[in-house]
Amino acid sequence: MILTEEEIREAAEKTREITAGCDTARGSLIPVLQKIQDRLGYVPAPAMEEAARHFGIPAVDVYGIVTFYNQFRLTPPGRHRVKVCMGTACHMKGGNIIMESWERVLKIKVGETTPDREFSLERVACVGCCTMAPVLVKDETVIGKMTPTKVDGMLFSHQLANKKEGVPQ
Amino acid sequence: MSEKITITIDGKTIETMAGHKILWAAMDSGIYIPHLCSARDNHSPSASCRLCFVEIEGYARPVTSCTEGAAEGMVISTRSQRVDRLVRTGFEMIISNHRIECRSCPRNRSCSLQQIAKERGLKLKPARLEKLNRNLPVDDSAQKVAHDPNKCVLCGLCVRACKEKGAGILGFSHRGFDRVITTFLGAPLGESGCDGCAACASACPVGSMTAKQ
Repeated sequence: MILTEEEIREAAEKTREITAGCDTARGSLIPVLQKIQDRLGYVPAPAMEEAARHFGIPAVDVYGIVTFYNQFRLTPPGRHRVKVCMGTACHMKGGNIIMESWERVLKIKVGETTPDREFSLERVACVGCCTMAPVLVKDETVIGKMTPTKVDGMLFSHQLANKKEGVPQ
Repeated sequence: MSEKITITIDGKTIETMAGHKILWAAMDSGIYIPHLCSARDNHSPSASCRLCFVEIEGYARPVTSCTEGAAEGMVISTRSQRVDRLVRTGFEMIISNHRIECRSCPRNRSCSLQQIAKERGLKLKPARLEKLNRNLPVDDSAQKVAHDPNKCVLCGLCVRACKEKGAGILGFSHRGFDRVITTFLGAPLGESGCDGCAACASACPVGSMTAKQ
């Protein structure tokens, strides 16, 4: 994911604001990263480097924590967020097939964002409607009984709607 | 902490310092205990390889000898049915995703896995587990060292060596089966500020981090 100059500057600035009122104890690192994610929606590389500088630790240690926990995003969220359920019921009903379909049509991996920032793909662990498995949440809409064909259809109708509104592809 | 004490390991009487880790007390007196993740000068070992189990009389279950300090009169045995079972399972799990190509491996005959297998009569092929090959690319980008993540046992010795002697660019990332030794943002070693000290290669117990000739 290529960040703009503006985003890099913003990430470093906001991180400095957050760390300014914070001690340098290692235990404060995760709360700081959570605040960064709250403000920016993700934890970009410049923010990790800035946080590492504040705590006096190697940047790779911060990277290790960000990649360890599912709650942290490395890429900015897309305009539309696709969350594929990988809970027990959805897993049994082929949630991984739905995930693979999205990865294939969007040409990204789980946790990433398309280069045009239109879609980001996430996995969630149960959205609470297992009877409709496999389940998918697009933005705030829950869609049940997903199939790979439905994935293609959703993307197609999305592109069609964008075309009608004149959004450049 | 520095008083001299006497302990017994496998029937052999050994003089050591109180609090000295059993693993190193045994190694120093010629008794081999399998280990991958512990270093002699590490005072807070992670005990993550789960191979250095020993039985201590009076203890309910086997303990990791890299974390257990010696105390006066301890009677320790390095082999028992329970210990062997733990070590065998731990070893099989490590070997199940370790790429075996001993013949072409630069660490052939100086590899800790080979040594453990030899000492404990274990096989380098997991009998009960499926072989999981991660097929990760070998990082050949740095001038002095090469990194093959497929042979990594995740002991963390290179991370420690890099922080203490090198540029401090190595660390762990991701979780579970995806866990790897990496640099910041997963950049290739050659572009990550590696200063070529090769401390990671000398620390690596297997053929994952290797010094280039």
